[in-house]
Amino acid sequence: MSDDQDDIILADLDDDELVGQMYDDLYDGLKEEIEESVNILLARGWTPYDILTKALVGGMTIVGNDFRDGILFVPEVLMAANAMKGGMAILKPLLVETGAPRIGKMVIGTVKGDIHDIGKNLVGMMMEGAGFEVVDLGINNAVDAYLDALVAEDADILGMSALLTTTMPYMKVVIDTMKEKGIRDDYIVLVGGAPLNEEFGRAIGADAYCRDAAVAVETAKEFVLRRHNQMAARA
Amino acid sequence: MTSPLARLLETRDWLMADGATGTTLFNMGLQSGDAPELWNEEHPDRITALYKGAVDAGSDIFLTNSFGGTRSRLKLHQAEDRCYDLNKRAAAIGREVADKAGRTVIVAGSMGPTGEIMAPMGPLTHERAVEMFHEQAEGLRDGGADVLWVETISAPEEYAAAAEGCRLAGMDWCGTMSFDTAGRTMMGLTSAGMTELVEKLGHKPLGYGANCGVGASDLLRTVLGFRAAGSERPVIAKGNAGIPKYHEGHIHYDGTPELMARYAVMARDAGATIIGGCCGTTPDHLRAMREALETTPRGPAPTLDEITQALGGFSSGSDGTDDNGPAARERSGRRRVRG
Repeated sequence: MSDDQDDIILADLDDDELVGQMYDDLYDGLKEEIEESVNILLARGWTPYDILTKALVGGMTIVGNDFRDGILFVPEVLMAANAMKGGMAILKPLLVETGAPRIGKMVIGTVKGDIHDIGKNLVGMMMEGAGFEVVDLGINNAVDAYLDALVAEDADILGMSALLTTTMPYMKVVIDTMKEKGIRDDYIVLVGGAPLNEEFGRAIGADAYCRDAAVAVETAKEFVLRRHNQMAARA
Repeated sequence: MTSPLARLLETRDWLMADGATGTTLFNMGLQSGDAPELWNEEHPDRITALYKGAVDAGSDIFLTNSFGGTRSRLKLHQAEDRCYDLNKRAAAIGREVADKAGRTVIVAGSMGPTGEIMAPMGPLTHERAVEMFHEQAEGLRDGGADVLWVETISAPEEYAAAAEGCRLAGMDWCGTMSFDTAGRTMMGLTSAGMTELVEKLGHKPLGYGANCGVGASDLLRTVLGFRAAGSERPVIAKGNAGIPKYHEGHIHYDGTPELMARYAVMARDAGATIIGGCCGTTPDHLRAMREALETTPRGPAPTLDEITQALGGFSSGSDGTDDNGPAARERSGRRRVRG
């Protein structure tokens, strides 16, 4: 690594170069650099929404793809998510102020009886990395905790996680309750966790099983887009 | 001074470990979300039955009911202040069972992950992790464990912290990691990487290897990876009894005793010295494994093709130890280094 490579002046880069550099800096988990770049783009008149979607989400998509493909692993993803969070902290109040469109909101938690939360935390971080708002209910959630939060938060997506074969059937309890109350189709229901598989996801009536955090993000994006299209078609 | 497991390893060229703890306890009525470790005090008879199941099925080594016995895991059940006592009980019940076995049976004090992510990515410092493992190790030692058994670890930093905790307790130890993500641990460590890590530790384990993960095939590929990395240290193979399947409202593992018997023989041929099961492995599986290990002559190490033919496909094309893995992303060129 030669000295000149250590001396990139972010403010000297043009917009395209700077966004490319942000992709790299996210990939390398460099939080301070991301914060600096976000501020530079704001000063150049970029809207908060453009910075989020074009620079940050764009960069995190690359991280997510490489995680999915087994090139990056959890430590790198955590560092990248941390850098993203630095940028988001600056953008969040500005996004609200400017009334930027919402990408989507997810309520997430491990199911009743399950206290294993690393996978759930990863999904939460990656979803935030993709620009979603995430409401984390933590561990050990009963039906009511999920349903109350979905309503109170006006969420689009319910994410349930279980690591134990003994707790995963509880996901069906939650989905069945949603059906009974007639609200099942108001939400996108995604499930995940080590012992699950697609077959299980279908059997319990979830919209999708997500193999890992990267797949969760892609699936969430796809379903949100589908819903927007359906609503547009109805309108 | 050699410990009981070290002595046993000198006289035998393979040993059988135990099977599932969680699966067995759930079958005995443990409720999801409850801490199994509390049963060491509430239901010692059931824990005795758990251990005895493995011993009667022919296990040379069994693990104590203390997987979630670190302070950070017990805290989820407001039992963190009972850490020492619960671990001591777990080992003491084991000591009783082992002493009545009529042959040498090793009581291995199970120590699972703290569940926290280590610095710099997460909040858990090396010092605090060492302290937690040390506290648990002292309880297990004082209860009469022959050896400590660190398992299902993902992060190299946590494995090293556990080693240090065992050293502070003055105990020999074994340590396995869970290779469940594209043939690596969740934190990206390969079988070769773990071998390198083990040999760099100050307090090296008596044996190292893999447990849990994704099915028997993946586990055997990992064992081949340990061997290819050139370590002379005994290798441990503790794989799950197949893959969990959801069937009419409940879960069962699809690995039959016959399949686990084949896995056990193949694990030995692949170079493992200590062979056992993990989730879904019942005493029936263990009996079949023991019989196969006793009656089947050793063969050459299986090839990857032979493994998939006998036990099913791998979860990923590569496990990161060959050049067939996915290529790294083309970068725009510059990469900065933080001082």
